[in-house]
Amino acid sequence: MKVVGKNTVRVDGIALAKGKAVFADDLQLPDLLHLKLLYSPIAHGRITHIDTTKAAALPGVAVVLTHRDFPPHFYTTAGQGYPEPSPRDMLILNPVMRYVGDKVAVVAAETPEIAQQAADLIEVQFEELPAIFDPRDAIDNPVVIHGEISDDPFLYDPRRNIAARVTADLGDVDEAFHNSVHVFEREYSTPYVQHAHIEPHITLTWLDDHERLVIRTATQVPFHVRRIVSEVLDFPLHRIRVIKPRIGGGFGGKQEILNEELCAAVTLKTGRPVRMEMTRREEFFAARSRHPEIVKLKIGLDADLHITAIDLKILENCGAYGPHALTVMSVTAQKTLSLYKAPNIRLHADAVYTNLPVAGAYRGYGAPQGFFALESMLDEIAADLGVDPIELREKNLFSPGDEIPIARILGEGREGYEMKLNTTGMTRCLQRGAELIGWGERRGSEKTAVCRRGVGVAAACQGSGIPGIDMAAVFLKMNEDASFNLQTGATDLGTGADTVLAQIAAETLGVPVERIIVYAADTDLTPFDTGAYASSTTFVSGGAVKKAAEKLRAKILSQGKLLLNTRRAEIKDEFVVAENGEKISFGEICSRSLYTDNQRQLMATASHMSYDSPPPFNATFAEVTVDTETGLVRVEKIVSVTDAGQVINPPMAEGQVEGAIPQSLGMALSEHMMFDKKGRPLVTTFHDYHIYTALDMPEVVVEFIHTHEPTGPYGAKAVAEIPIDGPAPAVVNAIYDACGVRIRNLPVTPEKILRGLGKLK
Amino acid sequence: MKVHFILNGKRHSAKTPPGETLLEHLRKSGFYSVKHGCDEGSCGACTVLIDGRAQNACLILVQTLAGKTVETLEHFNLKQGVTPLQEAFLKTGAIQCGYCTPAMLLALEAVKRTHPKPDIETIREALSGVLCRCTGYVKPVAAAMHENVTEGEEQTGD
Ligand code: FES
Ligand code: FES
Repeated sequence: MKVVGKNTVRVDGIALAKGKAVFADDLQLPDLLHLKLLYSPIAHGRITHIDTTKAAALPGVAVVLTHRDFPPHFYTTAGQGYPEPSPRDMLILNPVMRYVGDKVAVVAAETPEIAQQAADLIEVQFEELPAIFDPRDAIDNPVVIHGEISDDPFLYDPRRNIAARVTADLGDVDEAFHNSVHVFEREYSTPYVQHAHIEPHITLTWLDDHERLVIRTATQVPFHVRRIVSEVLDFPLHRIRVIKPRIGGGFGGKQEILNEELCAAVTLKTGRPVRMEMTRREEFFAARSRHPEIVKLKIGLDADLHITAIDLKILENCGAYGPHALTVMSVTAQKTLSLYKAPNIRLHADAVYTNLPVAGAYRGYGAPQGFFALESMLDEIAADLGVDPIELREKNLFSPGDEIPIARILGEGREGYEMKLNTTGMTRCLQRGAELIGWGERRGSEKTAVCRRGVGVAAACQGSGIPGIDMAAVFLKMNEDASFNLQTGATDLGTGADTVLAQIAAETLGVPVERIIVYAADTDLTPFDTGAYASSTTFVSGGAVKKAAEKLRAKILSQGKLLLNTRRAEIKDEFVVAENGEKISFGEICSRSLYTDNQRQLMATASHMSYDSPPPFNATFAEVTVDTETGLVRVEKIVSVTDAGQVINPPMAEGQVEGAIPQSLGMALSEHMMFDKKGRPLVTTFHDYHIYTALDMPEVVVEFIHTHEPTGPYGAKAVAEIPIDGPAPAVVNAIYDACGVRIRNLPVTPEKILRGLGKLK
Repeated sequence: MKVHFILNGKRHSAKTPPGETLLEHLRKSGFYSVKHGCDEGSCGACTVLIDGRAQNACLILVQTLAGKTVETLEHFNLKQGVTPLQEAFLKTGAIQCGYCTPAMLLALEAVKRTHPKPDIETIREALSGVLCRCTGYVKPVAAAMHENVTEGEEQTGD
């Protein structure tokens, strides 16, 4: 292969390197209005009185909107395909407040300052209601958070505060435990953490010269934005155009429809351009976060240490509303139960409402929570039975050709599809990682010094798109210098996806990647794509690019034959070459087809959808130092070895892994959204919410194991999410190796370490 | 009020309302390489050079800049093509979303003025003022080290 698997510079690299204006906010609109929101100061209550007279009278204020200005229409901000498998439990603006940060009113004014001042002038009175903050208290609590909705197929039981429930049963778990030689039972939990993309949520809206509504927004899902805004504002879809510019990181946070509908509403009301950017403070309480989960595992093993049964119980806290409530915990279960063979499986998962901020899609999508539990537990079992943790894992892994039964039972909010494992590099990831970290020498080193070193491991698998749901389409057309316009609805959110798609097109067409001109994600100009989530772009959108490029290549060949007046010819290095050696260049073929002979535009479109979602695999190893006097943990080194099939662009794939590591380490060690007794956020700045800086980074070693996935373009599987699953459990397992303290509730804190060492009560 | 300072090598007279930050002023004036992620001095996306030192433009009021020198990435950009440091960023894959990239490049340009060949610790220190959520800093650090090396080579090659 000439382009795939090679280091090609990003197609958008020069503009980004020069800081050229490409992001949503990098333009000036005349006559712009700025939006500010008034947020609920209470965790639960009803608005009894609201008066906007003073706010509206403030000079410079254009409009003030409250719940009274919108017909009650329930929807979900989840930004998923239609019909969304999330409860429709939200209104644009609410008469009932369900968390500190719920939206009370919106103000549009000439400047952000005036808008804020006006928001503060709105007079509101609340009847406060008792609130629920602990997910364990949610089910059957007399406080009901969503009492008013009764007929939503994706809302499980609002009267009991259960947003969603998933259960599954395979074999006979009780019988299997009864016959097992070893049975272990443990509980783990993960906290609220946030995406913390550096570019905040930003949306601009205006009316174009045809009075169509233009939405320029930092989104991962432009087509869903168009559909959902059309639906909630009851405005015709054909009069909406959504433009996705460059995005400053998303990680799932920009899958959510957060401000687009508000900006659009104000533009439609006033006819003026509108800008809304969330402040960093707002990001922390009003945007989305990772669902905290309490995961209970019961695992049985036979005498040979083969897993006989897994009983998995998940309690997911979805916060005040339920975007992704069902699907995140489904993924927790589906991924954790896809790594090791267990003939008997039982699953019970509940997503419950609490009066805390709303969780949503965040890179890994439930898998990091699940693998933190599973991979901690395997470490505990290995320690208890005195076996090597790697050996215990290897014994139980699925092998190529195995069917993964849980995939059939659990899909995206509905039944799944049968899944056979085609390729797995899991064992090789583990072995190579062990070599790179020095597993044999470093594990179980002496335990007397004040600062103790330890190493730990975690394995994981993820998916490549959502099988049977994610769909991508592309349009490819040829120009007379043998360059090609690739128009795709796929959403590069900063990952380099545009470049990966260009590489796949270039490889298939047999031209250099510089001659692929990518234009992405504009609902007027590019074909449909479900969007960038579930690690789908390389696998699903890449599949569509490959198909379209193959079609176009065939057209170039037949046009070449026609022009050469031959029946037999083949493509060689940008020429169509006839049997007699006569040849014609791609450029000439296109040129003549445009202007003189058998005239036509050489072009092709293709759509792609897959019932397969082949899992990428990863083994992460951590080396840590624990200071047993202060309880401080320092991560010294992370080794991350991934099987992503054929890697399309090596430095970009490495970059995905390198960027995922500090996000997971943050969840383990430094990032934690906290709330006071009344549900008010305590952490609303980067000073308090500590994401990794260049100085915090451990040594990082990243490698890939090569496999060739037959269902992926050029053998590729996904890479964006898989590396975020392993670091947290690997660190926690390394801490145990270092000092014998087992942390089951993240984040790890010095207090928890000291308590574990018996140095704190 | 009016404030005069040197912006990207040119005399600049800014008409600025009291309380306007340099970040607001620069973006309003079309210097879009200056990004923003927090407006409270904690993300570094708004990094600019003031009298050669990397500082957060969101914390600086325009009215305090009289007589100073301000540089944004636009000052370093070549008309065509890229600088060696930008080239190193592109080659190593140090740019993902690119939102933090201008700030990182400026932080590294600032450090080069005092340490022409910064070692890895100096580079990490320089980059620690710029938060990046995409790269884990691995490739940006590698790019800065790489540029060290290739610049050296170029010099001997001349
Ligand atoms: S915007 Fe200035 S430091 Fe974040
Ligand atoms: S590349 Fe995205 S924040 Fe640094």
